[in-house]
Amino acid sequence: MILDAITMVLTLGGLAFFAAGTLGLLRFPDTHSRLHALTKADNLGLGLIVLGLALQAGTPGNAIKLVLIWALAMIAAGTTAQLIARSALVSNLRKDDGDRTR
Amino acid sequence: MGGDPIIASWLVYGCCGAVLVGLGLFGFMRPTTTLRRVLAFNIVGSGIFLLFGATGYRVPSTGADPVPQALIITGIVVALAATALAVALMLALARVSAGRDEDA
Amino acid sequence: MIASGFDITVCVLLCLCALAAVTGRDTFRAIVFFIVYGLLISVAWLRIDAIDVALAEAAIGAGLTGVLLLGAFGQMGSADTMAREPRGAVLIALVAGAGIGAAVLFAVQGLPPEGAGLTAEVLAQLEASGVGNPVTAVLLNFRGYDTLLESIVLLVALIGVWSVASETGWGERPGIVHHARAGGTLQSFGRFLPAIGLVIGAYIVWAGSSGPGGAFQGGTVLAAVAILTILAGLVDAPRVTTRWLRWALVMGPGVFLGVALLGLFGGAFLVFPQAVAYPAIVAIEIVLTASIALTLVLLVLGPPREAPQ
Repeated sequence: MILDAITMVLTLGGLAFFAAGTLGLLRFPDTHSRLHALTKADNLGLGLIVLGLALQAGTPGNAIKLVLIWALAMIAAGTTAQLIARSALVSNLRKDDGDRTR
Repeated sequence: MGGDPIIASWLVYGCCGAVLVGLGLFGFMRPTTTLRRVLAFNIVGSGIFLLFGATGYRVPSTGADPVPQALIITGIVVALAATALAVALMLALARVSAGRDEDA
Repeated sequence: MIASGFDITVCVLLCLCALAAVTGRDTFRAIVFFIVYGLLISVAWLRIDAIDVALAEAAIGAGLTGVLLLGAFGQMGSADTMAREPRGAVLIALVAGAGIGAAVLFAVQGLPPEGAGLTAEVLAQLEASGVGNPVTAVLLNFRGYDTLLESIVLLVALIGVWSVASETGWGERPGIVHHARAGGTLQSFGRFLPAIGLVIGAYIVWAGSSGPGGAFQGGTVLAAVAILTILAGLVDAPRVTTRWLRWALVMGPGVFLGVALLGLFGGAFLVFPQAVAYPAIVAIEIVLTASIALTLVLLVLGPPREAPQ
């Protein structure tokens, strides 16, 4: 019963972070600030949801699988965010160069 | 869902599959670029798969029917093979047309 | 099973993503919506208990098809022009799409609510198939000829892709050359991921005999790992004329065909006697996984082309 309550609080908290991240994705003006909102809020949101679900997993094996999913998603999200940020930076620099030569 | 009419979930996913087939077909036929047609073709395919899989779930007590599942897995792989071939042909066509423009 | 609000939400999101992917103006954005659509569809498969299909859809439908389309978009650029269409083509497409969609919808809602299906028959014969996962039993035993033909179709598609190579490209490495920054994020990711990806891929193949998983699902995970290391510039794709590559490609269908022919001694083509069914299926799955993974990698990379000077 207490476990269920903790799970409820953690997943709701996670959902709130996801909602905030999505709002940032929709409202922020440029690629870098959108990434900032998305990566920070979503990683925390996913962590809270995984933590909440791990309490319901039943066996330690299932809980470890959930944590593994969280770790993989974190690493993949971090890598993608870096790559998107770099490519946005490069294309911005190119655009600036283009403006200057014109 | 209190008060809502009771709908079986196979029916919801089956109808969703039908809508996806319609949407994909529109995307395939409307005037657009080749790449977008390849994309739309994939949506038609996955709509048909979803429709097929959902009809295999009409008696959930025994679980999803394994025969449609196996056929769908086969279908997904074949759809990827067809997409890869379509993309290769598309790129080859673009290369040939570009060469012809330079000659002209 | 009664549809919950979650099911209806997934279906609505699926239709919206498909709409955005089909009608959006920007092609890049359309492809991104298609990838999201692929992930949502694998959620839908989970909701109707088709875990094996969900695995295949997430890895192939969203993953590999997405890479393929994005790669094609990058290479086409603005070269992908619209053919001149007759007037009213949009209207015809709209009528055809709506008409066929409505007809299929009508057919679906008219289906009897309790279809007989083949679940009972499969479960009754599961003991004889040698494996515990009914989907694997259908794929590799009851309808083995489907899977045999499918592995050959994959090979034929690859031959088709290779046959559009330019004259100067033949014999070279497939795909475009990638320039990942040495020691950069992508390379570090490409070094780290295979360690986990290989274990997960092998596990999914092995688990396929008793639970959800199998050669196609596991092979796709392995293919994704290989594609990542090639994109990161850590490994070069092999030249298409390499001898081991060709052997590895035909080995899967070849071993499958060989075991199927051995079945002739036990009664008929593709029949596995119950005593040897389990080892036969596991042997086919392992070899088939290697061939499928390799074929998928090469299909996604595209035809061989000469390296830039």
